Amino acid sequence: MSLIIDHIDLSFGTVQALKQVDFEVQDGELFGLIGPDGAGKSTLFRIMASLIIPDAGRCLMHGLDVVEDYREVRKIIGYMPGRFSLYMDLSVEENLAFYARVFGTTVQENYELVRDVYEQIAPFKKRLAGKLSGGMKQKLALSCALIHRPEVLILDEPTTGVDAVSRREFWEMLKKIQKEGITILVSTPYMDEAELCDRVGLIQKGSLLKITDPSKHTDNVETQLFSLKSERGLYAYLERVRSLEGCKHAWLFGDQLHVTLRSKGDRTKVKAEIENWGDPTLEWKKIIPSIEDRFMGLIEQESGEQPGNEGRSQ
Amino acid sequence: MSGREHIIEVKDMVKKYGSFIANDHLSFHVERGEIFGFLGANGAGKTTAMRILCGLSYPTSGEIQVAGHDVYRERERIKKKIGYMSQKFSLYEDLTVSENIHLFAGIYGLRRKQIGIREEQLLERLGLGHIRNRLIREIPLGWKQKLAFSVAIFHQPAVVFLDEPTGGVDPITRRQFWEMIHDATEEGITVFVTTHYMDEAEYCDRVSIMVEGRIDALDTPAALKQQYGSENMNEVFLKLARS
Repeated sequence: MSLIIDHIDLSFGTVQALKQVDFEVQDGELFGLIGPDGAGKSTLFRIMASLIIPDAGRCLMHGLDVVEDYREVRKIIGYMPGRFSLYMDLSVEENLAFYARVFGTTVQENYELVRDVYEQIAPFKKRLAGKLSGGMKQKLALSCALIHRPEVLILDEPTTGVDAVSRREFWEMLKKIQKEGITILVSTPYMDEAELCDRVGLIQKGSLLKITDPSKHTDNVETQLFSLKSERGLYAYLERVRSLEGCKHAWLFGDQLHVTLRSKGDRTKVKAEIENWGDPTLEWKKIIPSIEDRFMGLIEQESGEQPGNEGRSQ
Repeated sequence: MSGREHIIEVKDMVKKYGSFIANDHLSFHVERGEIFGFLGANGAGKTTAMRILCGLSYPTSGEIQVAGHDVYRERERIKKKIGYMSQKFSLYEDLTVSENIHLFAGIYGLRRKQIGIREEQLLERLGLGHIRNRLIREIPLGWKQKLAFSVAIFHQPAVVFLDEPTGGVDPITRRQFWEMIHDATEEGITVFVTTHYMDEAEYCDRVSIMVEGRIDALDTPAALKQQYGSENMNEVFLKLARS
């Protein structure tokens, strides 16, 4: 087992940042931690990286306790914090050489591992890190986190604020690194990236809501999720769908609405009502929930238990 | 949608930094009341163009009007008619909810009495009356962003510029935010928005995609998907930006 997180609690003053977080990650797994800002993702990663100590619970990295054995832990992990971690006044190649030396190795020794990533920025190796574009900084930071060939790579929101093309390239690089046998923990606010992980943990307000395998789509729970499409626009139908008796909630979802019904028994009635609207371009069909649908369902369940939590929430 | 008033009119806009061409002869318009998505990879030139349209920097050449005013000679007038919000800068963290509303409304020249009335309406609509005296840094990010948007359109601008407004919020808050954007257009406010979430491109009336300083595509999401034989806007974006 690469990582054991054993019932971790952490508070900052009166704020409970992490509540009984408990899960395990296998060797060689690509594990995603998905959740909005402030959910506790960075705090959890900082505990794993031995940078802060939890109030209660344990975290074991390859059997090493991140509090007791922090020196050993730091040798086997590569950590890329969310905020830019490089030295702005050093050049690209100086940053890489610096990180290699800190970990007692050389760039040459592990160059094969970072080659794919580093070659994309190598034409700018004399440039100061502070003068790089966002996408290039991210590639350099990844190279620096990898240069000592860690066993576990911890990436805190590496793709936040990065465009869709660079994000896709970044994930292609991660898949290659995973093939080298390195365990990867990555956090992201982008739900589409969740689908690329082996397993994901959904985290909200300090609690781990659920661990799921993105390829197992239904979690064995019968859902009442439908999509509604129309060539006449979506906003016009949003309130209309929400006012249907059988509708539990409805949200914009790309070029369609995703509608959850209260029960299986509502299906026929809702379908008949929608057909009555007389829009021949309307398409209504049962769909399989994506990770994003499931996460939204979990958030709604939570806020249902604590009413009035999120303003206009349904 | 044709025939509506052009609230932004851009002809041959060029912006150079030395020999680097950040905006390479951009020509487009934005119609009153539409949601205009302004997409592009990092470094494609979006921020440069947006700064010019907001009256914060001069173009090198081109004819550009925003809300009927010229970006060379009437920048101060433009600033009064627009709103701006980004994820990076929105509200003052060390002021309360109410203080932020009064500060921004005051800057835009609203009268005190008017501010009071609209403040009540705003807080009621957002359901945030109970936290009016809380500091911004103490309230959840989702509330902060909804409030920041409401403050950006508090003076009822002709156009509101939103620079990656939904970064980092949960998927439900993100959708509630887009419903607010849509409600604003019903009041006649034009929305000019950048985002890295490609599903959000679908919520725009029209979308432009910038590649290396140029606008390589501009149309409704449905037409773009058809033109590029793609299932969704993410594929359209990848095809254009990767080619």
